[in-house]
Amino acid sequence: MATVTLKPTKTPEIMLEGYSITPDAFAGKTPAQIAALPAHEGKIHVTLGDFFAVTGESGATAADTNILIAGDCSRVKYIGSKMTAGTVTLNGNADMYVGGWMKGGKIHVKGNVDSFCGIQMEGGELLVDGNAGNHVGCAYRGDWRGMKGGTIRIRGSAGNDIGTFMLGGTIIIEKDAFIHVSTHAEGGTVIIKGDVEGRVGGQMVKGDMYVLGKIKFMMPGYQKVGTIEKEVDGVTATFDHYIGDLGERHGKSRGQIVYANLYLKAAA
Amino acid sequence: MASGEIIIKGGYVVDPTRKIDGDVSDVAIRDGKIVDKVSSSAKVIDAKGKVVMAGGVDVHSHVAGPKVNVGRLMRPEDKLLSGFCRSGMAQKNGYRMESGFSIPSTFKTGYDYARMGYGFVMEAAMPPLHSPHVHEEIHDTPIIDEAALPVFGNNWFVMDYLRKGEVENTAAYIAWLLKATKGYGVKVVNPGGTAAWGWGLNCISLDDPVPYFETTPREIITGLLKANEYLGLPHSMHVHQNDLGNPGNYKVTIESLKISEGVKPRNKFGREQVLHSTHLQFHSYKGENWGTFESGAKEVMDYVNRNKAITIDTGNVTLDETTTMTADGPFEHHLHGLNHLKWANVDVEMETAAGVVPYVYDPNIKVCNIQWAIGLELALFAKDMNRTFITTDHPNAGPFTRYPRVIKWLMSRKAREATLGSFKHKDKVIEATHLHSIDRELTLFEIAQMTRSGPAKCLGLSNLYGGLAPGMIADVGVFDLNYKSMPSDPDKIESAFQRAACFIKSGEIVVKDGEVVSNGHKKTVWVNVNMAENPQVKRDIAQSFTKDYTVQLENYSVRDYLAPHPYVINVDVEA
Repeated sequence: MATVTLKPTKTPEIMLEGYSITPDAFAGKTPAQIAALPAHEGKIHVTLGDFFAVTGESGATAADTNILIAGDCSRVKYIGSKMTAGTVTLNGNADMYVGGWMKGGKIHVKGNVDSFCGIQMEGGELLVDGNAGNHVGCAYRGDWRGMKGGTIRIRGSAGNDIGTFMLGGTIIIEKDAFIHVSTHAEGGTVIIKGDVEGRVGGQMVKGDMYVLGKIKFMMPGYQKVGTIEKEVDGVTATFDHYIGDLGERHGKSRGQIVYANLYLKAAA
Repeated sequence: MASGEIIIKGGYVVDPTRKIDGDVSDVAIRDGKIVDKVSSSAKVIDAKGKVVMAGGVDVHSHVAGPKVNVGRLMRPEDKLLSGFCRSGMAQKNGYRMESGFSIPSTFKTGYDYARMGYGFVMEAAMPPLHSPHVHEEIHDTPIIDEAALPVFGNNWFVMDYLRKGEVENTAAYIAWLLKATKGYGVKVVNPGGTAAWGWGLNCISLDDPVPYFETTPREIITGLLKANEYLGLPHSMHVHQNDLGNPGNYKVTIESLKISEGVKPRNKFGREQVLHSTHLQFHSYKGENWGTFESGAKEVMDYVNRNKAITIDTGNVTLDETTTMTADGPFEHHLHGLNHLKWANVDVEMETAAGVVPYVYDPNIKVCNIQWAIGLELALFAKDMNRTFITTDHPNAGPFTRYPRVIKWLMSRKAREATLGSFKHKDKVIEATHLHSIDRELTLFEIAQMTRSGPAKCLGLSNLYGGLAPGMIADVGVFDLNYKSMPSDPDKIESAFQRAACFIKSGEIVVKDGEVVSNGHKKTVWVNVNMAENPQVKRDIAQSFTKDYTVQLENYSVRDYLAPHPYVINVDVEA
């Protein structure tokens, strides 16, 4: 494994579109070649070298390449987007679309991320130590094909629209979330360890949701069917089991209608 | 309009209008027109070893207007990662950004057509009430000349006149509406069915009653055919038949086409057909349901081949993710029920309706594969290529940017077999279609008939577009194909037609080596009918605007400034 280090040297005036910051683009390139990779600042064509000092060396393939970003990227978008292997470690914050459309590998952001992290993700692992903005692991605007696989873990809290149109994979929010969780989802698992304001599982067809805190406003389309003890992400608790969204179409399996499941931690 | 002289030298010229098939000759251009010869100072374009054809003419494409825009608005994902929005060259040269795949921006629409060497495009369905918007978008689409067909098949005036058998009044109304909307001809979409949709119903057969109006699709088609010929319009009635997209619909299709028997073409534009049947692929289905779904292309084309009063376009499924949009409101609701994707539905008061639903023609789904085969079969069964045109009913069966791929499939059995061989359900598809047993490979001459001379004649524009005779508009494409030694790799046919080596639009070089080099000088073509005033129709229109419409008559018409570069075709109707 070889590591390429990017050290931010300049704050972009307009958000920098850093779609080239992936192990796939860096693999097999010298620091000079990496510095020459394209990026956009608005409509202006720039290079990564205009904003970062590049040192270290890349591996022959994406899987052999680690990227360490030694500084803040609050104004850099698309870090690790579409990556298939390797790792990206960011010692700071990132702007939107971190790990969007990623297929494999691992991204670790030690600060906060803005919206659209992990959208339409297909595989791999995205770990954020801080908070996330809106649209964590959701579908691109207008699209009906959301996150298909992989894991997103946000150690802090997240905003609205988590896992919209989700088809597979796992999203874990370790603190609180705002509104719209798993809207339109047809698969996958969302675990929220803190509280949620509301609109959990609206128009959801299939899939699972766990809420370990409280839901302030429950959706009317969910019906309690029982109480169950379950282990989820290392926590064992008693959950009230709800099914829904009763207003949405649902498929059948072995003659039984398959609903989405909401497991809400039972009051002590 | 460029006034400079251009000579395209030494190419293999393919021009069905003059029966020229691959002769090496020069094409001379002056003042935007094809001429016999030019002076020695003319700009020389070397076309040696390349094919030279007239600019393409698209008879049916949804490229401007409210439903295209609804598609753009409801599908931001169609723009993601498509187009050349960041092309450094476009930016440097001052061209507009391009975006969208199945519903491209107006700029991308114009540029993509030009890159494929197309010079004229017919917007296939204009809701009359929204014609100002259609013309605004047409004006915003660079390079290509365009016209638009207003829809009449579910119009309250038309249905009211035709249930009483009043063809002359219908004709007078058509004449007024063409003028008001700067329209080109008579389009009919699911006659009666879209009006019935207002009651949550549809008209599946030709004799299904239209609620309230007490007429039938058969009466509407018959009446509009007669009214069209009464006026002597350049184009014939242009129909999207009833029961689109359902297994077993080929019977209704043939029945609808038969209505044209006995109606004679009457016009001064060289048009020989009285009925243009559009996107026939969607109307050539056999079988009882989707499980027993199979091709009805043979039955339909056997009829079309016999009846010279009909022209058709194919509506080829291209196996892409696309966006369906049609004035056939009930069909879009039906489609939404099949694929559960997002659905938009709009009613246009007094006139029509529209629906929009995204659709994925998945190569792994048998029905989509059979649809793909049917579209190709229609062309391969056709006997008269001057009556058979290539379309994808853009964007319904696929985006227009796939025409080169359709051409590849039609010209190369090898290419067809490669696609067929890639299907998961190959054997079932072969069983349900004829394609595998068809050896025919179309020639460049036949492709030129289907995309140039044929559609131009069908639209009554054969004196302007679709050929290279002196006096015609100088739309000339040069394609990187050697007529004498066509490539053994069919993909090279596709790439040659995708990006013309050179395209000259109205005497101006607009594309060079596949890149747009000019925004051109486009025109909007419309038909102005001059006829004696019909007091009853005039009164009916005035009354309806007072009573029914939400707009005033004075605010209805398309203002001249919305079509600032018109080319008006005058039609004089003798009393």
